[in-house]
Amino acid sequence: MSDRVPVSKTYKLYLGGAFPRSESGRTYPVSDAKGRFLANAAQGSRKDLRDAVVAARGAFGGWSGATAYNRGQVIYRVAELLEGRREQFAAEVAAGEGVPSRRAESLVDTAVDRLVWYAGWTDKIAAVLGGANPVAGPYFSFSVPEPTGVVGVLAPQRSSLLGLVSVLAPVLAVGATAVVVTSQDRPLPAITLSEVLATSDVPGGVVNLLTGHTAELAPWLAAHADVNALDLTGAPAELRADLERAAAGTVKRVLRAPSTEPDWQERPDIRRLRPLLETKTVWHPMGV
Amino acid sequence: MTWEYAPAPESRAIANLKPGYRMFVDGEFVDGTGEPLKSVNPATEEVLAEVSTASAADVDKAVKAAHRAYDKTWGRMPGAERAKYIFRIARMIAERARELAVLESLDNGKPIRESRDTDVPTAAAHFFYHAGWADKLEYAGYGPDPRPLGVAGQVIPWNFPLLMAAWKIAPALACGNTVVLKPAETTPLTALVLAEIIQQAELPPGVVNIIPGAGDVGAELVNHPGVNKVAFTGSTEVGKVIQASLAGTGKKLTLELGGKAANIVFDDAPLDQAVEGIVNGIFFNQGHVCCAGSRLLVQESIAEELLDRLRARVSTLRLGDPLDKNTDIGAINSREQLTKITELVAAGEQEGAQRWTSPCPLPDKGFYFAPTVFAGVTQSMRIAREEIFGPVLSVLTFRTPEEALAKANNTPYGLSAGVWTEKGSRILWLADKLRAGVVWANTFNRFDPTAPFGGYQESGFGREGGRAGLEAYLDV
Repeated sequence: MSDRVPVSKTYKLYLGGAFPRSESGRTYPVSDAKGRFLANAAQGSRKDLRDAVVAARGAFGGWSGATAYNRGQVIYRVAELLEGRREQFAAEVAAGEGVPSRRAESLVDTAVDRLVWYAGWTDKIAAVLGGANPVAGPYFSFSVPEPTGVVGVLAPQRSSLLGLVSVLAPVLAVGATAVVVTSQDRPLPAITLSEVLATSDVPGGVVNLLTGHTAELAPWLAAHADVNALDLTGAPAELRADLERAAAGTVKRVLRAPSTEPDWQERPDIRRLRPLLETKTVWHPMGV
Repeated sequence: MTWEYAPAPESRAIANLKPGYRMFVDGEFVDGTGEPLKSVNPATEEVLAEVSTASAADVDKAVKAAHRAYDKTWGRMPGAERAKYIFRIARMIAERARELAVLESLDNGKPIRESRDTDVPTAAAHFFYHAGWADKLEYAGYGPDPRPLGVAGQVIPWNFPLLMAAWKIAPALACGNTVVLKPAETTPLTALVLAEIIQQAELPPGVVNIIPGAGDVGAELVNHPGVNKVAFTGSTEVGKVIQASLAGTGKKLTLELGGKAANIVFDDAPLDQAVEGIVNGIFFNQGHVCCAGSRLLVQESIAEELLDRLRARVSTLRLGDPLDKNTDIGAINSREQLTKITELVAAGEQEGAQRWTSPCPLPDKGFYFAPTVFAGVTQSMRIAREEIFGPVLSVLTFRTPEEALAKANNTPYGLSAGVWTEKGSRILWLADKLRAGVVWANTFNRFDPTAPFGGYQESGFGREGGRAGLEAYLDV
């Protein structure tokens, strides 16, 4: 046993590619599953959230305009770096979720595999969902799926890493950008994930992670006019209808949440990609 | 010498106009217990017919009938059998095409040329296209056995009354849903003739129910707890109200809302073709088109020449009797809409845009608005931001492709856009960057059942047409 005192980490927000504290100066204590203090997390504010939307909007052109091959490689790179930090994540997941370490390792492994699964979708989804339209006239018409824009994500409350990766990876895969409100009580793996994102060629602003009180931040996210879609997966049950109502103010695409958090270890499908995509139809006359 | 047009009126008798129309519920035409409405010919302001409307109790009856039909017949029927019913509807629309076109022009005010050549044939095509899907849904990419949702509550606008009914009903039926549809208050007649066709095609009772009425009937329908899916086409304002009212209900929703499309003309565009495209883009259906090219963005170097040619061409458009086969611009659908157009045009003048209005004569009676082009429009003006839904074009200029793109995307809407240039790479660059659900390059206002249609942003969500359009009516 060494007498050395470990250097513990300050958990901050991940915003526009940087790691600021909350502009509000607030933090809140995070405990493990047994109630022991783990760390102080930044308690993101409405202003932090609006800054995050600005960062996500700013990053949208570059990320949506990147080639699908490039996006696939970047997401695959995230998987590589997550794999490299497997033990650190397993320890954080075990502490936060109160699961045995073997189970925590399995959850991390599945998160890595999930990223690999979505990495492979970037350059295939357009062929699966798009195509040529055989219109009755002398025109060439085709339809392609395109990312909807900035996606507000209320991350799952229970599954702090696998759940988060399962809702975030599809946003990245389609070329959209994300403002994520992490699990309120289990936020630490999200912030460690942001360190992975920051070092894996995901451009700054493409993913923005806010820790804090979901019920405080969610209404601002739902009502923000520069957010195109809202994922309610981690929304508190009693707020869901209100959040959907707020989202209607700017006709947001809403991913409704099942009443219980899904089993994230189930095989994924493209249901999480489709609602983040718009179909664009292009026409041009044919002739000599 | 000037060659005058001789009148070429289509026969009004072909419409088989009846003094009264009744709603269609559970396979029967019945009297609604709502306050009857009078459908008016906007070209003459005469009352065409009295139409019974639905009360809340009638909405409930219709939804229950649709549920019974879903549980007992339609929801269980093999797709191949559903298909044959839908094919029948397509064929019978084609058989009665001339009657439907005349009735549509009477009730809506649109030129017979458009109802005859666009609305009615495209409506038939939608049924024909979707009929073929009914027994092939496992190939649509939504899994091996995609299931319908149940009862679809559908609310449609007055600008393409029959065509919108077809866009809504055909995919719903193909996917195995049953339907309660509310046509617009001012244009209920062709939907009720469609009901007659559906009855003659012997669809099981309750599979399609058509209940006329005003906005309150629509609200009653979309909020009815027995409705599983809501589809709405109309204004963004009402779309937001519907989306908010469905919050927390779990009902699947698709919205096709307003637009403020940019039609971008570059200096290398073939100008004569572009002028035709601009005219078609904004004056088709009197501009009562959600995807109308209402913001013309023209490259500064050709702005003057293009505007001269445009004004000359617009001066030749013939405004008047919708039943005359030579008419280009028919009647504005209602006094209310005419007031809205007039108000926004006044705002354009007040805000300093230069108005030019075609010197064409206006009929003494009826609701008409002469085609109008505003030059010198800036992005902050109401006529550049708000949907006018009338024959009014706002012209802005740009210098570089980047500026054109930025201006085109500077709107909360995102339904459609147009691009005119001979440069292929520029078309594809813009088609990629424009935030709009439909991009027409060197053409405008093309519609086809195989081509998905729908908006980005506040122009709504969900698609109509094509493989993508089936998602709206499947539990996937």
